[in-house]
Amino acid sequence: MTNETSTDRVLPMEVRRVTGRQRPTRHGGQSNPWAETKAMASETRTIRIEALARVEGEGALDIRLEGDRIEELKLRIYEPPRFFEAFLCGRPLEEVPDITARICGICPVAYMMTSVHALEAALGVTVPSEIRQLRRLLYCGEWIESHALHMHLLHAPDFLGYDSGLEMARDYPTELGRGLRLKKHGNQLLETLGGRAIHPINVAVGGFYRCPKRDELAALIPDFEWGVQAAAETTRWIAGFPYPHFERPYEMIALSHPDEYPMNEGRIVSNSGLSLPASDFETEFEEIHVPHSTALHAARRRDGSSYLVGPLARVTLNRDRLSPTARRVADEIAFEPSCRNPYKSLIARGLELIHAYEEALQILTNYAPPRTSRVTYKPRAGEGAAATEAPRGMLYHRYRIDEQGKIAFATIVPPTSQNQRQIEEDLRHLIPTILAETDDNLGRQCERLVRSYDPCISCSTHFLKIHIDRGERSLDPIASPSNVTPTP
Amino acid sequence: MSGKPRLAVFKFASCDGCQLSLLDAEDELLAIAGAVEIAYFLEASSRVLPGPYDVTLVEGSITTPHDAERIQEVRRQSKFLMTIGACATSGGIQALRNWASSEEYLRAVYARPEYIRTLSTSTAIADHVKVDFELRGCPINHHQLVEVLSSLIAGRTPRTPNHSVCLDCKRRGTVCVTVAQGIPCIGPVTHAGCGALCPHFDRGCYGCYGPAAQANPSSLNDWWMQHGHAPQQLVPLMRNFNGYAPSFRSESERLERMAATSHSSDQVGGNDK
Ligand code: SF4
Repeated sequence: MTNETSTDRVLPMEVRRVTGRQRPTRHGGQSNPWAETKAMASETRTIRIEALARVEGEGALDIRLEGDRIEELKLRIYEPPRFFEAFLCGRPLEEVPDITARICGICPVAYMMTSVHALEAALGVTVPSEIRQLRRLLYCGEWIESHALHMHLLHAPDFLGYDSGLEMARDYPTELGRGLRLKKHGNQLLETLGGRAIHPINVAVGGFYRCPKRDELAALIPDFEWGVQAAAETTRWIAGFPYPHFERPYEMIALSHPDEYPMNEGRIVSNSGLSLPASDFETEFEEIHVPHSTALHAARRRDGSSYLVGPLARVTLNRDRLSPTARRVADEIAFEPSCRNPYKSLIARGLELIHAYEEALQILTNYAPPRTSRVTYKPRAGEGAAATEAPRGMLYHRYRIDEQGKIAFATIVPPTSQNQRQIEEDLRHLIPTILAETDDNLGRQCERLVRSYDPCISCSTHFLKIHIDRGERSLDPIASPSNVTPTP
Repeated sequence: MSGKPRLAVFKFASCDGCQLSLLDAEDELLAIAGAVEIAYFLEASSRVLPGPYDVTLVEGSITTPHDAERIQEVRRQSKFLMTIGACATSGGIQALRNWASSEEYLRAVYARPEYIRTLSTSTAIADHVKVDFELRGCPINHHQLVEVLSSLIAGRTPRTPNHSVCLDCKRRGTVCVTVAQGIPCIGPVTHAGCGALCPHFDRGCYGCYGPAAQANPSSLNDWWMQHGHAPQQLVPLMRNFNGYAPSFRSESERLERMAATSHSSDQVGGNDK
């Protein structure tokens, strides 16, 4: 490896998994791709997963072992950056939700929501409670679609021994059928309220372009009634999967709100007692550029330590605010109150799937169209930040706007770049426990641990911090003023 | 084709939304998966088979030197290569970098070559290899995708309508947002495919599907300028998800030149949004 973030990817005809064992030379030496010899105490093992499968976006995993010592371990994100933070500058603020949506096809609503909250903070706009409810409803649609996708098509095959969810469908037609239907109703909600499921068109700074009519939403109620029960069954089903015994002492970070399960708003809290307003994110967390990734790693500012965001952290920190059915199922399956097993994020996702269905059902049932679909505002210079809970964890945006309402500065910290450091650390602890495995199995198990994070690699790359010398504080220790580095 | 056609899905610079559209076709997904052999689709399966492939879907644009090589190999391995979405057909939103020479951030692209290898442009797949079929949209419409795949599986040539969004509004009975509310809308020059979504939600079309066949964006923008809009205000609508598609691109550049001239000759009156 050079000191460069490689954006190289495998060619289609290349073998995806290159694993091999070598003589104990530190450098050089051809690896023997399919060797299956028994490990010796001091030999070098190189395990490379060139392209992680069943994750969103493109990344690789490089592991080099010298005997039982991990010499190198990199979750290599080579997805080419798309420079969102750079080209947002100069664009009218109204366009920001539509543009940032395109960061990720799986969680566009998370980007839209975080951007409108941050921009409204900059503009001094507060939205009425009806708009706030509709935003939660939209977010429920995305959690449903994203969680159901990950649970059934991306993650479950790991536990049941299949290459894909589609293959699994042969032997598990009921479960897969139910999963696809759960996912579909999430998408239908996104379509009804947002216009379409991928990159909805109805989100505006200040509210919505058009609020749905009562009967448009009411038509969804029967499917959502079914969904609450179906999601509960799915969660019971996955709770019975065989989970590896693996626990880590995480610092878990999530938003928390006194009255509701966190989605759009809340304070940033942790299991170690941290509590701060979401807008102060940058005082406690920072981004660090590592050469092997086109994504920035996020870490605790005080000591550079890793932390965990996502469903497991959210459920742990907000369990008593889950919907009644989700809470009941959590108790029934005896989900540990402070579960530290990353694989069990799958169950946390299941509990959130129930929650999202049940909360959506409640909003659908009580809905009356608001009098105005959005709050109007006058552009003014200002700065605003916000964090929301994307399906994969906390997502933070900060913008500065000029007097004409154009973006002057943007920074975005997605959940997967926050988890990246934690994933690598987990792997460092997992590998010593599975050294006796063949290279192929070892690689597979590492990939499986990575997948339990549901990493969203398109999200985590694609940024560029610009450090134009206008007194903007750089968050990137490598960058100097008027210089740039690719970021999360 | 002997046996089931072999399907491959490749990703370049993109958001994954277009390939996700296939997984979003929940009702048809299992039928499609049964009718083809999924030979390469990393987002959905860890099973990876070598080429050649009968039908290859390509998502994303070319933004790195390695991807410029990789697409050649993908082409060599593919009998029928279809691009899916605005990134692949026109360079996508990331093609905004292509104009960056006049802006401060271009330096950025080259500033730290030791950390990242990237091209200064984001370009469409067709700029690099022969493309057999293009499916438009940011994102593509999954009903269209299913239709096109079904045609291909049945050995028919796929077809998608190439008229403008305007016509779909008329069909759908949506009241014109420009006429009724004075909202800037580029539906008259935008390719159909979304079902005229935005006007139905009381907002103007912003061009997700790129230029329609024989689109004339200049006459549309001239009309807006006659009605009091300054050229620089019209640039962003022409320059977003399909901004580098030839007819949108030349139009946004024309508007920019007009803005520069009018700015130097006199002060253009602003329009409040
Ligand atoms: S065209 Fe749009 S939806 Fe499709 S991959 Fe590109 S950004 Fe995503």
